[in-house]
Amino acid sequence: MAVVFSRPHALTDAAFHYCPGCTHGIVHRLVAEAIDELGIEDRAVGVASVGCSVMSYDYFACDMVQAPHGRAPAVATGIKRARPDDIVFTYQGDGDLAAIGTAETVHAATRGENITVIFINNAIYGMTGGQMAPTSLPGQVTQTTPYGRDVKIAGHPIRICEMLSTLDGVALAQRVTVDCVKNVLTAKKAIKKAFENQIEGRGYSIVEVVSTCPTNWGLSPIQALDWLRDNMLPYYPLGVYKDITKEAAEK
Amino acid sequence: MSTTRNILLAGFGGQGILFAGKVIAYAGLMDSKEISWLPSYGPEMRGGTANCSVCISDEAIGSPLVTNPDIFVAMNLPSFDKFINDVQPGGIVLIDSSLIDKKVERTDVTAFYVPATKLADENNLNGLANMILLGKLYQETKFCSPEALEQSILKCVPPRKANLIDANKKAIALGQAQ
Amino acid sequence: MPEKVLMKGNEALAEAAIQAGCRLFFGYPITPQTEVAAYMSKRMPKVGGTYLQAESEVAAINMVLGASAAGARAMTSSSSPGISLKSEGISYIAGSDLPALIINVQRGGPGLGGIQPSQADYWQATRATGHGDFQILVFAPSTVQEMVDLVSDAFDLGDKYRMPAMILADGMLGQMMEPVVLPDHSGKELPEKPWAASGRRGRGTHNIINSLYLTPQELERLTRERFARYDKIKATEQRAEEYLTEDADVVVVAYGASSRIARSAVNMAREKGIRAGLIRPITVWPYPTNAIERAIPTAKAFLCVEMSMGQMVDDVRLTVNGRKPVHFYGRTGGIIPTPAEVLDQIEKIVGGAE
Repeated sequence: MAVVFSRPHALTDAAFHYCPGCTHGIVHRLVAEAIDELGIEDRAVGVASVGCSVMSYDYFACDMVQAPHGRAPAVATGIKRARPDDIVFTYQGDGDLAAIGTAETVHAATRGENITVIFINNAIYGMTGGQMAPTSLPGQVTQTTPYGRDVKIAGHPIRICEMLSTLDGVALAQRVTVDCVKNVLTAKKAIKKAFENQIEGRGYSIVEVVSTCPTNWGLSPIQALDWLRDNMLPYYPLGVYKDITKEAAEK
Repeated sequence: MSTTRNILLAGFGGQGILFAGKVIAYAGLMDSKEISWLPSYGPEMRGGTANCSVCISDEAIGSPLVTNPDIFVAMNLPSFDKFINDVQPGGIVLIDSSLIDKKVERTDVTAFYVPATKLADENNLNGLANMILLGKLYQETKFCSPEALEQSILKCVPPRKANLIDANKKAIALGQAQ
Repeated sequence: MPEKVLMKGNEALAEAAIQAGCRLFFGYPITPQTEVAAYMSKRMPKVGGTYLQAESEVAAINMVLGASAAGARAMTSSSSPGISLKSEGISYIAGSDLPALIINVQRGGPGLGGIQPSQADYWQATRATGHGDFQILVFAPSTVQEMVDLVSDAFDLGDKYRMPAMILADGMLGQMMEPVVLPDHSGKELPEKPWAASGRRGRGTHNIINSLYLTPQELERLTRERFARYDKIKATEQRAEEYLTEDADVVVVAYGASSRIARSAVNMAREKGIRAGLIRPITVWPYPTNAIERAIPTAKAFLCVEMSMGQMVDDVRLTVNGRKPVHFYGRTGGIIPTPAEVLDQIEKIVGGAE
């Protein structure tokens, strides 16, 4: 019988603990597929961050290191500098990457640290139960913005890809989502490219995946995808913000 | 009798205080003595006053910080004022008299006045007033053997500045003659 | 015989680390340890190593975590306020059972404090380098030569016990020059690290470096395992120098810079006919309780001398446990006590005892 669908080799057999409708599962699979297709599982080292994906070290079949909150880029830097032949990736949420770990993120990026960063932006703190994230939208109700995010008090959301695209060390900064088949395929291509860049030594690559959190948004999985399309994508437009391979081709 | 010489050198940053201290320390090492060298550090080393403690001893050195020197080399007035009363009775004070116009009022120390900066300028030895004073110090205290002093200069002048070895030696000789 | 060279303590630490096979240094400038970083930036490229100036102390210690997780010998160095920033990472390194070398060239605190030498981070080093139940190895050199010698021991024991190690120095030791003989470790093999997350490369299972254990029973079991290791270390790795303690009435206890002053004071006391001695802890974790125990039967009193308001004195008191009086003398804020001050304390104790 022909096998038309199977688990990527780079995922272990462990069952995900993620909530129904959460897009972490899709993104994990895309990362694993990219690792499989590039044949790098044997030299890949993943860095799990703090947040819902903290236990991704149990799901990815490559070697894994669990980093302190926000420090995944620094930990990845240490691994990559110690083992330049390893393929090192971080898997971080918005609180980890864009709040507590902003300094580590910006500096790893501007150093052109040759690593791959998968950034899950779902505009909320999932693991701690739905508090405001650095990427929570203006007016968004969360546990710590019960009257909606008032930008006069809580400040504005942060657009990471736009910001990082100004840095010379960045090879790829692309925002994708996984709300439909077409977008999943685009996301897959972006993630694979982010790994290819590392293999080619091009520097820091980040793929921001605009994601859902049905549980903490208080929506069904389907409603969550609608909310993502209606509210998040206007604020966080999909697209390529920086791609040095494209720039080179255009020259 | 103490077998330890506690030396304090003090002046402005840029006068070669730390370098002179290092030459003394290395000379002690060449004589197989126990030695230590401790600079002042922090904001003061960035253009302000600089000072340096050097200990030469037959025994293991306790505190490397010289608070009551047996030998005090002063290369500017603020340092002179700051430390002159800390010198041990019976100690030696060496003064760059081209920069410090005061005389030592204490009678329980031996003072030597050398216009080192002026001598350096007159003898085309710019920046080597420290070595002129070191030459005088050697002359008066024989803090090391002559061979050790010679070797120390060779150790302390970095290879990229090897052309300055002769000038350093000349400055020391000039100091000895004062 | 290898040549004696004059080196600054900070530079000697750095060279010793390179000699010990360390090829990854992650740092951030802070007085009075900056020479460590400057020296590394000069030397590392020449030996095929990596010097990286991190964006913060926090990042630097986490780079060390990453490099160590990947199985490499890695280190960072800082001074007091910077060590506070590193405390998060040190806790994670300990919780992940990783070795790492951390150097603290102490300065005065709290807060920004001062930049002159201090020993006010003793509690931090031996009690609370970070949150949670853990210890790190802490070595307290008192000469530039000892700084050199302890660096390779700290790396080796950190590897052996899979835990962080610290060199607890201070601004005086870091800034001063003394003659040193650099060790020759060439030909020495670094230990294999089959646990490292360095890429599977044919290994059947994936290695995970982690400090998260959500099941209390599992976290307790792992912590108890770690503490069993600590007990073994306490039994076998204590180090101290005992100087003139056999017949001493007053046993001075001092480490690092203050032990140098204490030794001078002990010598001055002996010249005056006072039977004084010195116990100089070389490891402050594990604390050299054996050396203290040996002195208890004959000592009339202990005097702990520190450049702090009294931190190590806790460990002396815990060991002596009321059997003999324990006195304390300290200067703080960056002030180095003089031998005369310490002698004065010794004389007071002797006078009081008579």
